[in-house]
Amino acid sequence: MIRTEALTKDFRTGFWRAKPRRALDALTLSVAPGEIFGLLGPNGAGKTTTLKLLLQLIFPTSGRAELLGRPAGDPAARQRLGYLPEHPYFYDYLTAEELLDYFGRLFGIDAAERRRRAAHLLDEVGIGAERRLPLRKYSKGMLQRVGLAQAMLNDPALLILDEPMSGLDPVGRRDVRALIARLHREGRTILFSSHILSDAETLCSRVAILARGRLAASGAMRELLSENVRGWDVIVRGLPGVMHDTLAARGIGVAVQPDGAAHLTLGPSVRPEPVIAETTAAGAVLVSASPRLESLEDVFVRYIGSSDATLGTGGAA
Amino acid sequence: MMASVRTVYHVAVHVFKESVRDKVLYNLVLFAGLLMAASVLIGQLTAGQDVKIIKDLGLAAISVFGLFIAIFIGIGLVSKEVEKRSIYALLAKPVQRHEFIAGKFAGLALTLAINIAVMAIVYFAVLAWYGATESEAVQRAWEAPAVDPRLLVPIVLIFLQLLVVNAIALFFSTFTSPAMAAAGSLGLWVAGHFNADLRAFDRVVDSAAAGIVGKGLYYVLPNFAAFDVKAVVVHGQSVPAGFVLFNAGYAAVYIAVLLIGAAIIFARRDFK
Repeated sequence: MIRTEALTKDFRTGFWRAKPRRALDALTLSVAPGEIFGLLGPNGAGKTTTLKLLLQLIFPTSGRAELLGRPAGDPAARQRLGYLPEHPYFYDYLTAEELLDYFGRLFGIDAAERRRRAAHLLDEVGIGAERRLPLRKYSKGMLQRVGLAQAMLNDPALLILDEPMSGLDPVGRRDVRALIARLHREGRTILFSSHILSDAETLCSRVAILARGRLAASGAMRELLSENVRGWDVIVRGLPGVMHDTLAARGIGVAVQPDGAAHLTLGPSVRPEPVIAETTAAGAVLVSASPRLESLEDVFVRYIGSSDATLGTGGAA
Repeated sequence: MMASVRTVYHVAVHVFKESVRDKVLYNLVLFAGLLMAASVLIGQLTAGQDVKIIKDLGLAAISVFGLFIAIFIGIGLVSKEVEKRSIYALLAKPVQRHEFIAGKFAGLALTLAINIAVMAIVYFAVLAWYGATESEAVQRAWEAPAVDPRLLVPIVLIFLQLLVVNAIALFFSTFTSPAMAAAGSLGLWVAGHFNADLRAFDRVVDSAAAGIVGKGLYYVLPNFAAFDVKAVVVHGQSVPAGFVLFNAGYAAVYIAVLLIGAAIIFARRDFK
């Protein structure tokens, strides 16, 4: 569905004796039909550059890119493609309905179908009566929703979404996650960039991690996330104070939560069963015990290095 | 081919809609008001010559108002889309970059055509009103009637000039900022009116090189002076059809070269 071969992009910086700055370095990756593929990386890693190269909004210094079996930029491929730019911005003086109508005309969709699709898509992304207001009156989150609607207008086989959760509140992010999951269930291929790892972790079947323009890692989520248990979290209530020191002396972290329960952090070499038995025998009541698995954030830091990872793990970008 | 024409048409209609929403057509109200006020004032100040002054003033006003539209919309046609990033979503649609350029030009040409048509109607209406208020004796002294169909010729030539300005502004807009594009377009507008002086430049300078440069500039710069037939028509003389056709051909070639240049520059431009 998407294939890049040694895709490289240099930007010239400076006016006089401009020096090339490599934004993307020999990126080779492929996205199979029906996948949700996440392009991850800290700010400035080359995510948006990659997506713009795929859409031929910028031209490669070297290398090749193919979309839907055609070279990047081929109008026939764009007929079956939906794209949400990062921080989308549209024409101030058009309403959301008029914007979708304009774009629908460019796809050659007939008038009745344009009206039907615009109404349906604006409902789907949660734009209500505001759809008849000029876009200059829209908030950032509303523009993001309109951006998603216009990306789906042509019923695309492939969706390229640049930071789709950006600018959305928590409810908006949940809605967009659900929307992306539904689009995937409908059989569409989705490539999205994000620096919010929890979104990628929830949605993606495969990811690529970029760092300073280079591919640092790529693969299926289950391959990247080690299934090794990295320890246990045990929560008990009513733990006698005397046990705090006893447990701490054995290398078990004890933290009292605001509700009074004790959170015990066990390392990978400590089994939870004896600790649970010991604490409950001392009068504590077990609330929960859960293994700690590697998160995408751990993987990310492993590949990128914590100092380089300008990440968001939850909030809006 | 048909799909391409359709795309150009949709982009053009969008440009026209933008100019309407940006209240560009308000200038027509200003034009009508100014022309009517000027004709009343001139009618009270002069005798005999007044209809010629009104004709002249009206044509000059059509030209200036049209120039403002051609330059100030033209310079933002492409650069505004790039600056505001609306071009990202647009070029991800099945729109080729040369279609985008052609559509932008056609849209502004449509805006100019409608503006000039309305200004021409107001112009003829003011002249008709002026003619109706003068006595037959005064009218007999005029070189041409107040409402003279030959006045359409300079209006058509003004429109052709403005189409060239539109193409110049669009050309600059594909690779430079609106301020630079405005400076370049206005500069060419002014230079284009003094272009004829460059033709004989080699006769007034000693340096042969300077003479060659002057001659070269004469052929490269737009020759706007050639479109100016106001003085001829206002004095009741006719302009030969061949002259108008020659100028139309010249404008078409000049516009085609500029649009091809704009499309070539735009085709390889990175949108960072």
